Amino acid sequence: MIQHPGILALLLASGLVSLLLAAAGWQGFRILRGWNLQSGSDAQLDLERRTYLVSTLVANALVIQILSLFLFIFTADSLHTQFVGAMCAAGSLAANPFGYPTLLAKLATCLLAGVWLILHRADTQGRDYPLIRPKYALLLVLVPLVLAETWLQWRYLSGLKADVLTSCCGSLFGQGRQGLAAELAGLPPRIMQPVFWITFGALMAAGALLLRARRGAVAFSLLSLAFLLVSVASLISFFCLYIYELPTHHCPFCLLQREYGFVGYPIYGTLLGGAIAGLGVGVLSPFRARKSLAEALPRMQARLAWSALILAGIFTLMVGIWMILSPLKL
Amino acid sequence: MRPPVQRYRNILDFALSSLLRRKGRNLALICVYTLVVFVLASLVFFVQALKREARELLVHAPDMVVQRMVAGRHDPMPAAQAEAIRAIRGVEEVQPRLWGYYYDPVYGGNLTLMATSDTALAADSVWIGQGVARTMRVQEGDMISLRGYAGLPTLFTVQKVLPEASELVSSDLILMSPRDVRSLFNLPEGLATDLAVTAGNPRELPTIAAKIVERFPDTRPILKSEILRTYEAIFDWRGGLMVVVFASAVLSFIIFAWDKATGLSAEERKEIGILKSIGWESADVLLLKFWEGAVVSLTAFLGGVLLAYAHVFFFSATLFEHALKGWSVLFPRYRLVPALDGYQLTVLFFLTVLPYTAATLVPIWRAATVDPDAAMRS
Repeated sequence: MIQHPGILALLLASGLVSLLLAAAGWQGFRILRGWNLQSGSDAQLDLERRTYLVSTLVANALVIQILSLFLFIFTADSLHTQFVGAMCAAGSLAANPFGYPTLLAKLATCLLAGVWLILHRADTQGRDYPLIRPKYALLLVLVPLVLAETWLQWRYLSGLKADVLTSCCGSLFGQGRQGLAAELAGLPPRIMQPVFWITFGALMAAGALLLRARRGAVAFSLLSLAFLLVSVASLISFFCLYIYELPTHHCPFCLLQREYGFVGYPIYGTLLGGAIAGLGVGVLSPFRARKSLAEALPRMQARLAWSALILAGIFTLMVGIWMILSPLKL
Repeated sequence: MRPPVQRYRNILDFALSSLLRRKGRNLALICVYTLVVFVLASLVFFVQALKREARELLVHAPDMVVQRMVAGRHDPMPAAQAEAIRAIRGVEEVQPRLWGYYYDPVYGGNLTLMATSDTALAADSVWIGQGVARTMRVQEGDMISLRGYAGLPTLFTVQKVLPEASELVSSDLILMSPRDVRSLFNLPEGLATDLAVTAGNPRELPTIAAKIVERFPDTRPILKSEILRTYEAIFDWRGGLMVVVFASAVLSFIIFAWDKATGLSAEERKEIGILKSIGWESADVLLLKFWEGAVVSLTAFLGGVLLAYAHVFFFSATLFEHALKGWSVLFPRYRLVPALDGYQLTVLFFLTVLPYTAATLVPIWRAATVDPDAAMRS
C-alpha cells in the first residue's frame, strides 16, 4: 500500500462512514420492528427518540460519503505519477481490478445517499413520521452497499503498489480495445449526439409535464437517471474531445485537472446533483396520498423537479458552449 | 429575510453566545484541536512543497541517464559508447558526464564535484555553491585545497560563487574543468561517469531505453520520470508515516473531545431542559449543538492551517525538517515556495474534522433528547 495522506484520509472516512451507518442500520432495524405510533409506551417513546439518533448519524455519514467520492477521484488522480504509463486517474484506477468497481460503488452509494436525504427531509415535514418505514427500509439497503464499497476500496487501496505498469488513459480509452471504458469511447459521436439531445429534450418535456399537469413523476425520475448515464457516455464519446481540443482524447478524468481549469467539478457536480433531485421526485411520488404530507410533498416535488431541470440545463449549457466555441470541429 | 434563513441565523447566534458563556472550557478544546490540525497541516504542506521542489528541480535534469554496471555496482563507462547510443533512432543528444563525490574530512561534509565544459571557467579554478562557501568560509578569489586520489592536496582558486537562486541544486556543488576532475580522481581519458541522453520526443524514451539495454546489456538507463516517481513515493511515504505516528495524537484528541461532549454540566442540562420546555424541539437542540461543533471545528481548523502555513513557509518547518528532508551536514538554505491547494485542505479536513464530528454525534444526541422535566430536576 502507498502511505499517501490522501489514502489514509479515504480509509479513515470509509471506516467512519461504515461505523456510523452500521450503528444507524442496527437502530433502524429496531425501529422498523418495534414501531407503533398508536402506542404511548416507554419503548415507543424511546424509539421515537432514537429516530433522531439515526437521522443524525445517517445525515453525517452520507455527507461524508458524497465528499469522499470527489476525494477518491482526486486521490487517484494525484497518484498517477507513481504508476508507469498512467497519465491521470484513469490509469491509477486501472492499476488493479478493484479501482473501477470502487468508483462505481461510490457513485451508486452517493445517488442512494442523496435519495435517502430527500426522503428524510420529506419525512420531517409531516408530524406523524409518515415515511418512517420506507426510509428505514432504504437504509437497510444502503448499509450493505456502503460496507461492500468500503471493502472494495480497501482492496483497491491496499493493493496499490507504486511502479505497477498500467495502461495510460490514452490507450485505455482509445479505439479498438475491449472493456467497458473502451466501449464508451467507441460509441460514435454520430449516434451519441442525437441520443444526447433527444434525452435532454425528453427530460425537459417530462419536466414541463410534471410541473404543469403534476403527472409523470416516475417517468421524470427514470429520464433523469437516463440523462446521467447518457451524459457520461456522451462526455466520453464527444464532449471531452471539444474540451481537450484533441480528436483522440476520451478520458473523463482529465477534466478534473488544473490544465482544464477544474471544469470537471461543475460538470460532474451538476450531473450528480441533477440526477439525485430527479430521482427524489419519483421516489416521493407514491407517498403523495399520505394525509400529513398532502400539502408539503407536491411543493417539495416541484422544487426538486426545478432543481433537476436547472442543473441539467446548466450542464448542457456548459458543454454546449464548449462544443460551439472549441476550435476543434468533428 | 426568509424564515428558514432567519431561523438558522438565530440558532447560530444562540450557539455563539452559549459558547462564549463557557469560555474557559471551549477555549481549552479549541487550543488542543488547533494544535492537532497544526501538526497534521504542517506535515501535509511540507511534504507537498518538497514534492513540488523536486518536480521543479528535475525539469532541467536530462531525460535519461545511462550508467554502466560492473558486478552490480556503478562503474565509469567508455565515452565511445556515446556514439553508438547517438545512432539509435529518436536520440537527439548524448552528453558524457564527468562527476563524483568528494568527502571533506575537515568540514565533515560530502561535496559533489562535476566537470563543466563552460569555457569561462579557467584551469585550476573552481565555481562553488553557496553551501560550500558557507561551510569552508571562503569567497571569490580565495583558495581552497582538495585532496587528490594520491592523498596530495591540490589548490584551486574560487573564481565564482554560484548564485543563491540555484542553491537547492548547487549548495554542495563544485564545478571544475574536465581535465582537473580527471587528474583529481585519476580518471583515465575516454571514460565518463555516465551519459546524459536527450530524446526528441519524450514518449520514445522507454523504447530508446529498451534498445540501449539490448545493445549494451551491462548498462542501466534511468529515466527522469522514474526518478520523479521515486521522489514522490518517498515523500508520500515519509508524510504518510508521520501521519500514522501522529494518529495516536489524533486518537487521544478524539477521546478528549468525546469526554468533553459527554460530560454535560448540570448547568448545561438545565439549559437544554428550559429550551425544550419553552418549545424547542429535539431537532432544534440538535441543530444548536451542530452549530456549536461547527464553530469550534472551523475556528480550530482555520487557526491550525494558518499557523501551519506560517510554520512551513516562513520558518521552513523547523519542527520536522530533519525527519522529512533527510540528514546531511551541508544543508541547502532555502525557503519553500508557498503552495496550497484545495486537495490538501480536503485531506486535512478529512483527517481532523471528520473524526471529531463522528465522536461527538452520540453525546450530542443524548443531550438533545433528554426529557425537559428530568433535565431541570437533576
